[in-house]
Amino acid sequence: MAQAAIELIGINKSFGAVRANRDINLEVARGTIHGIVGENGAGKSTLMSILYGFYQADSGEIRVGGKPVSINTSNDAIALGIGMVHQHFMLVDNFTVLENVILGAENDALLKSSIAKARSELDRLEREYGLEVDPDAVIEELPVGLQQRVEILKALYRGAEILILDEPTGVLTPAEADHLFRILKQLKDQGKTIVLITHKLREIMAITDTVSVMRQGTIVATRVTKETTVGELAELMVGRRVLLRVEKGQSEAGAIRLSVRNLTVKDQRGVTMVDNVSFDVRGGEIVGIAGVAGNGQSELLEAISGIRHAVSGEVMLEGKPIDLTGKADPGELRDRGLAHVPEDRHHVGLVLAFEENENSILGYHDDERYLKGPFLDIDAIMADAKDKIEKYDIRPGNPRLKTANFSGGNQQKIVLAREMEQDPGVLIVGQPTRGVDVGAIEFIHKRLIAMRDQGKAVLVVSVELDEIRSLSDRILVMFAGRVVGERGPDATEGELGLLMAGVERQEAAE
Amino acid sequence: MDSFNAVIQVLDSTIRLSVPLLLACLAGLYSERAGIFDIGLEGKMLVGAFAGASAAAVFHSALIGLGTAVLISVAFALVHGFASITHRGNQIVSGVAINFIAAGSTIILGQAWFSQGGRTPALQPGERFEAIIWPGADAIKDVPVIGPIYAELISGHSILVYFAFAMVPFTWWVLFRTRFGLRMRAVGENPAAVDTAGISVAWLRYRALICTGILTGVAGAYLSMVQNGGFVKDMTAGKGYIALAALIFAKWKPVNAMFACLLFGFLDAASIRLQGSPLPLVGKVPAQLMQALPYVLTVILLAGFIGKAVPPRAGGVPYVKER
Repeated sequence: MAQAAIELIGINKSFGAVRANRDINLEVARGTIHGIVGENGAGKSTLMSILYGFYQADSGEIRVGGKPVSINTSNDAIALGIGMVHQHFMLVDNFTVLENVILGAENDALLKSSIAKARSELDRLEREYGLEVDPDAVIEELPVGLQQRVEILKALYRGAEILILDEPTGVLTPAEADHLFRILKQLKDQGKTIVLITHKLREIMAITDTVSVMRQGTIVATRVTKETTVGELAELMVGRRVLLRVEKGQSEAGAIRLSVRNLTVKDQRGVTMVDNVSFDVRGGEIVGIAGVAGNGQSELLEAISGIRHAVSGEVMLEGKPIDLTGKADPGELRDRGLAHVPEDRHHVGLVLAFEENENSILGYHDDERYLKGPFLDIDAIMADAKDKIEKYDIRPGNPRLKTANFSGGNQQKIVLAREMEQDPGVLIVGQPTRGVDVGAIEFIHKRLIAMRDQGKAVLVVSVELDEIRSLSDRILVMFAGRVVGERGPDATEGELGLLMAGVERQEAAE
Repeated sequence: MDSFNAVIQVLDSTIRLSVPLLLACLAGLYSERAGIFDIGLEGKMLVGAFAGASAAAVFHSALIGLGTAVLISVAFALVHGFASITHRGNQIVSGVAINFIAAGSTIILGQAWFSQGGRTPALQPGERFEAIIWPGADAIKDVPVIGPIYAELISGHSILVYFAFAMVPFTWWVLFRTRFGLRMRAVGENPAAVDTAGISVAWLRYRALICTGILTGVAGAYLSMVQNGGFVKDMTAGKGYIALAALIFAKWKPVNAMFACLLFGFLDAASIRLQGSPLPLVGKVPAQLMQALPYVLTVILLAGFIGKAVPPRAGGVPYVKER
């Protein structure tokens, strides 16, 4: 094995009562790509922030290139040749690429020589690593993939030999992610050491040489990537075998509870996003809508839940029409038994600054159960929140905690608990497990199937094909605003993939 | 020729009236570009004016007066920094508090020290900054057109006036051509980017506030030691707020700031000039209306003519390191 670029020995870090890192031992060989996987909140980012000097470890030792070092500030890390690409980019949006690159690494008090130097350096980096980007472009006008490239350039400009990437593909399109991986391989070939933090196992398998799995603040295993499997890693991450496909019985479809007829929706620019779509959802079945993101699924969901204006068509909820002018009263729809888990929980589903118990009744706050005369019945709300926390295993189980302090998976559980516990007849769910870790995915899928088994009509929209296939009793595929096919749950990935890509095949329909 | 002279006189007083605005506006530019809202420009000017006039009267030196004005104003700026940077307090509240302290303490101390009803003693020659007559100003004074422009507009101001206008290109140069300026602009937009680049956010913001303090100190000294021969209570009369309005109007850019302040200065000068004299078509207008004119126009300009002003993104938000 090559010499270690980084060694972490016995690292501990606590935030108050929470032990974010416990006795971490980690060794990363020079010139390799090392993956760190783990669920949200397993302590990956904390560990890397310690390495980058953003936090100081409570105890433990860090060695870089074999020498013990103390890293107290980001400056120390930079001086040791450690660069970090943060999950949320650390760029000044209205600065040019050049200005961002030289910020903090200027030659002297005047900018002139720094800019000249950075310009020629960027030119060299572009040639060596294929990291092309216009040095005079303003950051906010660049697509996300290029912004990330600027972050990598920033690190390389500061002479980074060790590059840490924190969830780099979370914001990228698949094509951008592939490009990033090509860049990382090139960096590795040039002798750089790369640490990749992610919760996507597919990426680990595709690009890393070795991988460490973190769970609840500790490293539970380190493997050579070639000698492990996705199944093993997933199991290590959650600590038990994961159902990659949820068990479910045969559906017993009953009466039609939600009916969509000839629905057409245009967006603000007047482009037709949903084009003459018709389908039914019966009680006791899960209908999944598959499709590549941006093919009208979001608009369809919004129109059905009454928050977006539809040009034509009708939607019947339990046999009665829904107001499609986009001005429907969400409270009234809730009363009629429609529950909606929106795609974007941060902007539509939750008020992050509210406490958990407040979010767990949001939208139902004028329900008699939560009122005492004209006032909120705090005791009832707290009891209700505690009940949901227990039922949905929301962690940490503190209803007074600010919602922003819950992990993504637990925030999603808060929304799901709120909507499901109202006992709706029809449940519409957008991206049920986006940003949710493996353990919570299984739980959420089980809850959705339980809803189905109680005779509810469930409509799921997801861009994750695996999820659609594992959950749905019927699969509708959307492409360019139209439903281009309907398949059973046994449809193959390839078959659905072709439909999603807009390739209509006669054989597939037969 | 008479109307030409009238124009020259209005422009001359435009310059004089816009100087304190310009200094305060540039002062605000430093702090706001660094992400610290500073509604306390008014208060810092006021303490600067009081400290300057007091020290000049006691020590019989204009320079000691100016130095004291700057010192005290910087001290107040550091208090604002201590509250809003170190302790992450609300920047508006801290600024308002500074304005109150300034308004109250200048009157109390003025009365206690000089017993002239809150005024400081009238400054004698040598204790004020005198007008600088440029070479040849007297000689060509009577040459038509060029003469009055040179003698009235360019020559014949105090050193602080030239200082204020020199600060415009200087500030531009600092902002866009120096390391400090780059970092200051960055910290006002995204302090996390500055922090991860290994630069201290707090120290950077403190330095920006020191610049603010220096400029408000000079602005105060100008009010009490150039425009007036001593300190009068509440002599800033809202100039700090107008400077803030000018800063927004100028979209946080130094050269724009100069034109914005000249515009406000011109409105002020014109309203003084037109008081009592009948206007064409309208006839005689009450003096109060003329005095209100600059403020009315401020509101109209800010409401309608400025377009989209995007303030520094991190403005007003204390920086908290988080994971």
